[in-house]
Amino acid sequence: MATNTIERTAKQLVLTVQDYSVFAWRAFLNLWSPPRYWPDFLIQSDIIGAGSTSIVLLSGFFTGGVLALQSAATLSQFGATAVTGQFVSITMIRELGPVLTGIMVAGRNASSMASELGSMVVTEQIDAMRALGVDPLRKLVTPRIFACISMLFFLTIVADAFGILGGAAVTVFLNHQDGTQYFSMAWEHLRYPDIIQGLVKPLFSGYIIASIGCFYGMRTTGGTEGVGRSTIQAVVNASVSIILVDFLVTRVLLALFPPL
Amino acid sequence: MTDLPPFARPALVDRSVVAFHKVSIAFAGQPVLENISFSVAPGETRILFGPAGVGKSVLLKLVNGLLRPDEGSILLFGEEIANMPEEKLFPLRTRTGMVFQESALFDSLSVRDNVAYQLIQERVPDDEIDRRVREALCFVELEETFDLFPGSLSGGMKRRVAIARALLRQPELLLYDSPTGGLDPVTSTTIIELIVKERDVYRTPSILVTHRLQDAFTLCSHRFDAELGRMVPLPEGQTDPSTTFLMLEEGRLIFDGTLDDLLRSRNEFVREFIE
Repeated sequence: MATNTIERTAKQLVLTVQDYSVFAWRAFLNLWSPPRYWPDFLIQSDIIGAGSTSIVLLSGFFTGGVLALQSAATLSQFGATAVTGQFVSITMIRELGPVLTGIMVAGRNASSMASELGSMVVTEQIDAMRALGVDPLRKLVTPRIFACISMLFFLTIVADAFGILGGAAVTVFLNHQDGTQYFSMAWEHLRYPDIIQGLVKPLFSGYIIASIGCFYGMRTTGGTEGVGRSTIQAVVNASVSIILVDFLVTRVLLALFPPL
Repeated sequence: MTDLPPFARPALVDRSVVAFHKVSIAFAGQPVLENISFSVAPGETRILFGPAGVGKSVLLKLVNGLLRPDEGSILLFGEEIANMPEEKLFPLRTRTGMVFQESALFDSLSVRDNVAYQLIQERVPDDEIDRRVREALCFVELEETFDLFPGSLSGGMKRRVAIARALLRQPELLLYDSPTGGLDPVTSTTIIELIVKERDVYRTPSILVTHRLQDAFTLCSHRFDAELGRMVPLPEGQTDPSTTFLMLEEGRLIFDGTLDDLLRSRNEFVREFIE
């Protein structure tokens, strides 16, 4: 009995991964052949990019602030509070900026993609689109994937910048340290590999967020309850995948650009 | 009349708009349709009957490749679609029009954009789109809804907009999935009148799924009078020769014939259903 359940679950998992791989790959390939739906790409870029700016900006600012608070408390024990700027900027740019932005955008947009497409599935709008001779994968999924990749790239830069500003605010106004020193340390110790690492990660995260959000939306079954289930699965799986892929990408990039 | 047909009217298959040959489909191991064979000739309206949950909507979705059969052959406009790749099916589907059970209008788009959906994707100029949408809405007598959104329409109006959307490109085959389901009798009659009008004005072959006998009999016993601009009954004892019936029972096709054949059928299930 238990063996059967494990076997069924394992098969289901493998099947889901297989379906997802085919789905995500086909959606990616669609960009390189017509028809391309550029207006849909622009609309989705606005929804994902402009729509997520405020949450990314706020989360970036306060994460930078917390980093400065925590690090200053520890660094002061070694008389090294002067390196707070370096600590905040490198941590934000290499790790926290991309990951936090990815998770914030996943929470906001993977859920909205899954629920929007899921509602379209259960009300037969996806079938209607196919019956009208329009490929839903090209029309709905591909623009969302490429909009999410490109917007997450810029949102990560915004999060990094506001994270450093948040750190500066805490350093100057709460820790009463010198702002010029903070920015000088933040800038001087930054290397190109740090920036590359920080800007490569959102490309993967953007792809993961949109493809998983759309995947669970498009395979929704079971009416409105099914839409809720798809939304939860999309957010959970996208968030976990972002952290997992972040680990793998970090490992590869550290091997390519070893720390000094 | 053919009760339990081996392969409906094989002589017509060559010029059929749709031809099913021994088609079966199952979901999660449960057979839904088994060994279904029938065809639709040019100009013919086929009414697909059967109680709820018998596989009528599944059959309709097989016709334009929205679902794939597990076994059997499906010819649409003479092309085998049972194993056709999805990307090749899209151009074929643009030659058909489909009206879904719950209308399936895109709720974020206006009536104009819903009806013109295909034309917008093909980047037809706006003036041309507006003209053709107004024509289609005029056919279903809903010109005033041009700028409205589906959320502000009644159930009957949504079905009429869905019919306008299906008719916009003057398809070569129309598929109606329970177009009167869940509507009041007056609105249902309005929808059936539109279908009769379409049948008699454009002569488009069609498959209409329904479980309402009254709708089916109205389709058979009425014609559209272009001069009066409304549906009128055919003379006593006459029925529309191009409107024929299919009946499903537990996933099997148990009847394929005309209204007279249906009324004379000795099949117990058919008799029980029509009585």
